[in-house]
Amino acid sequence: MSDSASTLEAIISQEYQHGFETSVEADALPRGLSEDTVRMISAKKNEPEFLLEWRLAAFRRWLDMKPPEWASVHHPPIDYQDIIYYSAPKSQKDGPKSLDEVDPELLKTYEKLGIPLHERAILAGVAVDAVFDSVSVATTFKDKLAEKGIIFCSFSEAVQEHPELVRQYLGSVVPVQDNFYAALNSAVFSDGSFVYIPPGVRCPMELSTYFRINAKNTGQFERTLIIADRDSYVSYLEGCTAPMRDENQLHAAVVELVALENAQIKYSTVQNWYPGDKEGRGGIYNFVTKRGDCRGAHSKISWTQVETGSAITWKYPSVILRGDHSVGEFYSVALTNHRQQADTGTKMIHMGKNTRSTIISKGISAGFGHQAYRGLVRIARAAQNARNYTQCDSLLLGDRCAAHTFPYIEVKNASAKVEHEASTSRIGEDQLFFCRQRGLTMEDAVSMIVNGFCKEVFKELPMEFAVEAQKLLGVSLEGSVG
Amino acid sequence: MLIIKDLHASVGDKPILKGINLTVNAGEVHAIMGPNGSGKSTLSNVLAGRENVTVTSGSIEYLGQDLLALEVEERARAGVFLAFQYPVEIPGVGNVYLLKAALNAQRKHRGLPELDAMEFLALVKDKMKLMEMNESMLYRAVNEGFSGGEKKRNEILQMAVLEPKLAILDETDSGLDIDALKIVANGVNSLRHPERSMILVTHYQRLLDYIKPDYVHVLAAGRIVRSGGPELAHELEKQGYAWIGNEGSGQEVSSGS
Repeated sequence: MSDSASTLEAIISQEYQHGFETSVEADALPRGLSEDTVRMISAKKNEPEFLLEWRLAAFRRWLDMKPPEWASVHHPPIDYQDIIYYSAPKSQKDGPKSLDEVDPELLKTYEKLGIPLHERAILAGVAVDAVFDSVSVATTFKDKLAEKGIIFCSFSEAVQEHPELVRQYLGSVVPVQDNFYAALNSAVFSDGSFVYIPPGVRCPMELSTYFRINAKNTGQFERTLIIADRDSYVSYLEGCTAPMRDENQLHAAVVELVALENAQIKYSTVQNWYPGDKEGRGGIYNFVTKRGDCRGAHSKISWTQVETGSAITWKYPSVILRGDHSVGEFYSVALTNHRQQADTGTKMIHMGKNTRSTIISKGISAGFGHQAYRGLVRIARAAQNARNYTQCDSLLLGDRCAAHTFPYIEVKNASAKVEHEASTSRIGEDQLFFCRQRGLTMEDAVSMIVNGFCKEVFKELPMEFAVEAQKLLGVSLEGSVG
Repeated sequence: MLIIKDLHASVGDKPILKGINLTVNAGEVHAIMGPNGSGKSTLSNVLAGRENVTVTSGSIEYLGQDLLALEVEERARAGVFLAFQYPVEIPGVGNVYLLKAALNAQRKHRGLPELDAMEFLALVKDKMKLMEMNESMLYRAVNEGFSGGEKKRNEILQMAVLEPKLAILDETDSGLDIDALKIVANGVNSLRHPERSMILVTHYQRLLDYIKPDYVHVLAAGRIVRSGGPELAHELEKQGYAWIGNEGSGQEVSSGS
């Protein structure tokens, strides 16, 4: 037995000694990241050999990689040895004991968003023992999905129950060495969602993490894999409009989507993680890699995102248009207020013939918010008759915020048609004055104008998500004008 | 209804209004005429509360309240309406949505129940007939892609829906062809009411052929230099604003009280 393996054994047994089922302290690995950490995570999760090897390969690649510096965001260097990489299953004992102990500002926000009382407690991280309705809802939900052969479970569960699917698709869209954060995630990912839609099945409901049992505390390195087999359809909702309390500052998730022949995946996100206080202290760093692969002909992948949270967002949901006649779409609203920074956009990689992509990006900056749209449209040599349409609009509120646009276009096939439109505008004094002259308050006026600006994206969201997103923008912008 | 006393106001460092006195009683229609740069639009903006205009001295009393102490939206809710010279476009915001939000904000303020979508539609469709507007305009974004005439009609539609107590129409006739002018004037005339006062700000006498004012005031270099009945407008039309310049300034006239 090698040295590292014996240390590993020792630590695992030590933790068992202290009863890691109940004690929080004993259940967390010490800070820091090494090969041992990776082995331990894999062992704790009882993972098959192939997955451990995969994690280790990712870890070794990560060691040689550097965090990307090209993004237009600024933060102090992150000490990757000062992070706890495994602490699940997380106990809620450390959380506030009741709503009385929760930041009143947070509670006010919940109230404004109209979140039911019992959910407020969950969101704020209050220790709750009662089993809520959502669990039973989730159970019936699962039965219904099982009837159709749909697999919707946590990633860990999928590793145990469907290792062959995991093995076949994991890392096939985002390879371990793709980028610094993806490599890190691949080495240490905690949990996430797994979805498989069998051939010819149209998923009868929107799949949402909200309904997944044990969806809580998936940790800071979330891993999601969605596979839509041929002729299938699925709509997946991620996130929540309510600001989530979370002690982990760094979040580096990876989401992989695979659409086989004639399949369609619609992935909608509303992200509202803690953005930090008005000075930008304590907010979440959200460095996420999201990519879809239109692997089959006539497949389609749509990303729709509303990003209002996090202190720093680094995110480019992309589509590889491999199959002929495949379609990629990206609809985005990103809002930065106070000291928030966002560098976000998309990549559309056209490889198949007659592939089409659409990019609609709406950026809103307020306060000292700093935002960049970064988009790549690449038309490969073989991509005959590829088409792209990009529209990229920025709206500025006040005079201390900033918006930048970095479009990259690479065309290697002369039959391609690529259109790019961009605009930057300041929210008009005239518009605000007009709305107020009709009797609306300043805040309602701003919210109305901003929502109008985002309309093209909101109409892509599932109905109830769209309504929530509108409310969310209003709340997120409070106090930004006037 | 409205009592303006010795009002001085500046835009930036530049004094524009230099001692306006004007009293408007309930039900009266006052026309304010004047050459470009005389301060007509500044006066409209002061009444509505636009922030780029600074009142340096004087007072405005509206229905017994100090109008200058109220925020823009508070004035609106108290019944002050400004029909804009250049109506703004708001992309993505449906016309009907804005109108409903505005009306309900005002109703709420007055302690009236808010109208639901069905009630509101019935109301607005009725008012649209008056303005000879096509219903499809309800569902387009506010003023986006509207012609000049459509924008002005849309302003008067808003006035019809909001039913203000004091309406200020800032150069509503500018940019209108004769047919559109008639429609707008008809709309405005139908809104004349013993409880509703109007101030028509205009450069040309033309509008006053269709909307008969009770009083006409001539504004020059930030002061009202002449006041009279509708005949004053005709005289102006014949002689031009130069005529005023020759005699008027310095003379302060108020009327209508």
